Amino acid sequence: MGSRSSHAAIIPDVDNIRRETGFSQASLVRLHHRFQALDRNKKGYLSRMDLQQIGALAVNPLGDRIIDSFFPDGSQRLDFPGFVRVLAHFRPVEDEDPGIRDPKAPEPLNSRMNKLRFAFQLYDQDRDGKISRHEMLQVLRLMVGVQVTEEQLESIADRTVQEADEDGDGAVSFLEFTKSLEKMNIEQKMSIRILK
Amino acid sequence: MLRAALPLLGLPLAGAGAAETPTQEPRAPGEPPPGLALFRWQWHEVEAPYLVALWILVASLAKIVFHLSRKVTSLVPESCLLILLGLVLGGIVLAVAKKAEYQLEPGTFFLFLLPPIVLDSGYFMPSRLFFDNLGAILTYAVVGTLWNAFTTGTALWGLQQAGLVAPRVQAGLLDFLLFGSLISAVDPVAVLAVFEEVHVNETLFIIVFGESLLNDAVTVVLYKVCNSFVEMGSANVQVTDYLKGVASLFVVSLGGAAVGLVFAFLLALTTRFTKRVRIIEPLLVFLLAYAAYLTAEMTSLSAILAVTMCGLGCKKYVEANISHKSRTAVKYTMKTLASCAETVIFMLLGISAVDSSKWAWDSGLVLGTLFFILFFRALGVVLQTWVLNQFRLVPLDKIDQVVMSYGGLRGAVAFALVILLDRTKVPAKDYFVATTIVVVFFTVIVQGLTIKPLVKWLKVKRSEHHKPTLNQELHEHTFDHILAAVEDVVGHHGYHYWRDRWEQFDKKYLSQLLMRRSAYRIRDQIWDVYYRLNIRDAISFVDQGGHVLSSTGLTLPSMPSRNSVAETSVTNLLRESGSGACLDLQVIDTVRSGRDREDAVMHHLLCGGLYKPRRRYKASCSRHFISEDAQERQDKEVFQQNMKRRLESFKSTKHNICITKSKLRPRKAGHRKKDGVANTETTNGKPPRDLGFQDTAAVVLTVESEEESDSSETEKEDDEGIIFVARATGEVLQEGKVSGSLEVCPSPRIIPPSPTCAEKELPWKSGQGDLAVYVSSETTKIVPVDMQTGWNQSISSLESLASPPCTQAPAITHLPPYPLVAEEPQTPLHQSYDTCSSFTFPPSLAKAGRSRSESSADIPQQQELQPLMGHEDPSHLSLGAAKPRWHIQFNRSGQL
Repeated sequence: MGSRSSHAAIIPDVDNIRRETGFSQASLVRLHHRFQALDRNKKGYLSRMDLQQIGALAVNPLGDRIIDSFFPDGSQRLDFPGFVRVLAHFRPVEDEDPGIRDPKAPEPLNSRMNKLRFAFQLYDQDRDGKISRHEMLQVLRLMVGVQVTEEQLESIADRTVQEADEDGDGAVSFLEFTKSLEKMNIEQKMSIRILK
Repeated sequence: MLRAALPLLGLPLAGAGAAETPTQEPRAPGEPPPGLALFRWQWHEVEAPYLVALWILVASLAKIVFHLSRKVTSLVPESCLLILLGLVLGGIVLAVAKKAEYQLEPGTFFLFLLPPIVLDSGYFMPSRLFFDNLGAILTYAVVGTLWNAFTTGTALWGLQQAGLVAPRVQAGLLDFLLFGSLISAVDPVAVLAVFEEVHVNETLFIIVFGESLLNDAVTVVLYKVCNSFVEMGSANVQVTDYLKGVASLFVVSLGGAAVGLVFAFLLALTTRFTKRVRIIEPLLVFLLAYAAYLTAEMTSLSAILAVTMCGLGCKKYVEANISHKSRTAVKYTMKTLASCAETVIFMLLGISAVDSSKWAWDSGLVLGTLFFILFFRALGVVLQTWVLNQFRLVPLDKIDQVVMSYGGLRGAVAFALVILLDRTKVPAKDYFVATTIVVVFFTVIVQGLTIKPLVKWLKVKRSEHHKPTLNQELHEHTFDHILAAVEDVVGHHGYHYWRDRWEQFDKKYLSQLLMRRSAYRIRDQIWDVYYRLNIRDAISFVDQGGHVLSSTGLTLPSMPSRNSVAETSVTNLLRESGSGACLDLQVIDTVRSGRDREDAVMHHLLCGGLYKPRRRYKASCSRHFISEDAQERQDKEVFQQNMKRRLESFKSTKHNICITKSKLRPRKAGHRKKDGVANTETTNGKPPRDLGFQDTAAVVLTVESEEESDSSETEKEDDEGIIFVARATGEVLQEGKVSGSLEVCPSPRIIPPSPTCAEKELPWKSGQGDLAVYVSSETTKIVPVDMQTGWNQSISSLESLASPPCTQAPAITHLPPYPLVAEEPQTPLHQSYDTCSSFTFPPSLAKAGRSRSESSADIPQQQELQPLMGHEDPSHLSLGAAKPRWHIQFNRSGQL
């Protein structure tokens, strides 16, 4: 515990990261610890394998997709800033010390929109800005499990898309996605307390 | 008639009376003999149950009266009104009987009145919300209650030491602590009664309410410990007793919860095997929950906790296992019992307060208690919330804290506990009773009255009711998984991690063990929401009547004008022919005109669109089995139809989806495209009979599987009977149709004995398009248990039907010549039979024979029905069309 401040010094570019992500120093130190623990061969970055080693993630139906979201644009390396940047989406919105956040920054990573965007890109695998029926079906297939037959899944997917689809293009755009969730307390549902 | 019946009625009455009277005298007509009473007053035999029933009746009537005026109930909580009513009634009783009667007996309260309320609240507790806030709830329930008890007790003792309480209140510190322990607990009944009307946001509600439920364990322990200490005398209390007291807190609470969970497990397990005796399912729920309560009470564990946990734990599995009707029964019985108990409790509270013999007033004590419970409650809430907010993702703000402090209502539990005190051991009992009554009345009436305006004034976030949508449900699950994953990545095993773990455990083991397999298969939350949404839509569809029929998707130009006529006639036909005769084109005329086709269209439309009241008079007098078919099938069918319609409208507007779909399933492509066309081009000669069936697609299938697993009546094992596999939609719609009518059709009778020429003709004219329908309407009767093979065969036979001459030709020959008039039913019958037999295959001869006899029975029926349609098309019964179908059927059955 006493070595925290010294640890903070180890993190490269710590101030920029803090400004960007809004994490507190203590959180960053803890995340850095975790980062190093995940980095098995001390290579300084995380590979897909490193994340796949986490036992519970393998069971998570969305595990692969979430791992993918840590590796944007097909890169194979995840450095610490990238790691923290992704996790920053889950920082609770009501930050107790708003001074850390840069007021000029247009939108902090943990804003409602960004939280939603993170969820959205888990659905939108081909990155065309729309959740097609097919993509919806894939997610449903992951989530619903084996008890429901394919036909049922398809009808659910149809209905889900239909429900959110406002412009009638048969797919859910990000706007429609946010609209379908506008009654939900995203700030609360997509936050993890310890990620202050 | 009546006059004849009277002596008959009188005789047994007199006989019964005579049998009862030991001294039997010869009857003197006109005057009743002294020993033989025609009328006897036996009040004492029925007194107790009669009074109970009367009280409940009075309470219920009062409730009705209260709710006559919306203004009153919107301002004053029902509990207040009931207490006031109780006071009035108690006054009347006191004035009449000169003594107070009908008290709220602790025994009655704890054994009969409290369990239903607690079970109701536990069973319908929103479990997700509950566990999301479990930390806060537990804190308030345990720490808060302890805090309240000790601070109130000691403060009162201090008050007494300061001389503000009259010295005639003989109580030491222990007595005050005892009193504090019973007065400190927030009461679930009162909280529920008031908060249900206030509609604060869910988090706030669940925290206050959860606290009131869970603090029972603490209250019970504190009460018992203090009580025994008082009885032992403070001098004799050893250190070990204190330790025992602390230990008993854990024993009572954890033990109570454990008892509840064990019974929940038993309950879930039992309901897994009630498939054949659906009727006792609701009873089981109540019995086992009550058993949990009694068991906990017997072992002096926390009974409230036991029932709460039982309800909370079993709900998921029980709801999945029991039938839809039982679910409704459970829900309503539970709500009725709880509401009834609550009403009686509040009324009896009012009545009990009148009994001044138990009272002993001390202003200092009463006012002091009132002040302390309010003050310490508020202080406790603020302190605990401050601590909790350090850990909470969403902190509880000041307004929440105000509501929580103010919502700490005391109620009947405190009253019952104080009545239970032993006057010899607790000399100040009478003062405590009076104080408790005042506290309860104050909290329920004053706070209950003011909390609503307060909530409004403080602009507390209200609960907002919005319908669940599939998107929300799906995304919520996604969020859960995301959060669990992120917690994994971060390496912090928090709430999400454990919830995820639990869900996996539940999925892997518990659900497997406790849910019947068929239920387990369909018990998915997303699926559940989907299902419920559809049901809701279906219901609203039904409510709207036939309007949807014409408004969505099916835009038949001719429909609006003819809609009413055709509809009424077809429905009438259906009603009249209650035997379950298959609706088909026999009702439609032979004249091959445009109107004719419209009729055909209309008919099929209605065939698909209308609910068919088949099999109406199934004997349902069995006490042990509720005939499930009628209502449930109605629901299912409506649901099914609604889905068809929905998909139709959906797809016709969004072709791109159809296209992507058709890529996956080439078979379907043709149909689908045509569907789009059919929607718009119904008039130009092509009878779009396929409209109704075409798009049943996946939806129908799903419904059917649901139905299979739900409807217990079909003795086919749910799991093995029909296993749906993903396959072409063309097949799917067949299956849907097939299984649907398979269940519904009671006998081979439904095979239309005399399809019309028109019907016969239309398919040929329409070409391939009708093929699907053609089969789909008829395969029904043939399809065996195994749909897969059935389908394959139907396909093959179909294909042979579509192109080859062998089936087609003979059918056509019979087409024109026999325009059957209703007056001569016999000849066509013979013909149909002849043609049938000429095409039938040997194994099905018996069936053919039977169906002939039945079809002959049907003929008069149709005759009757004739006029209904007849005014439009006088001669529309003809039998030609039956033949090809019979073919298929017999063909099929022969093959099978």
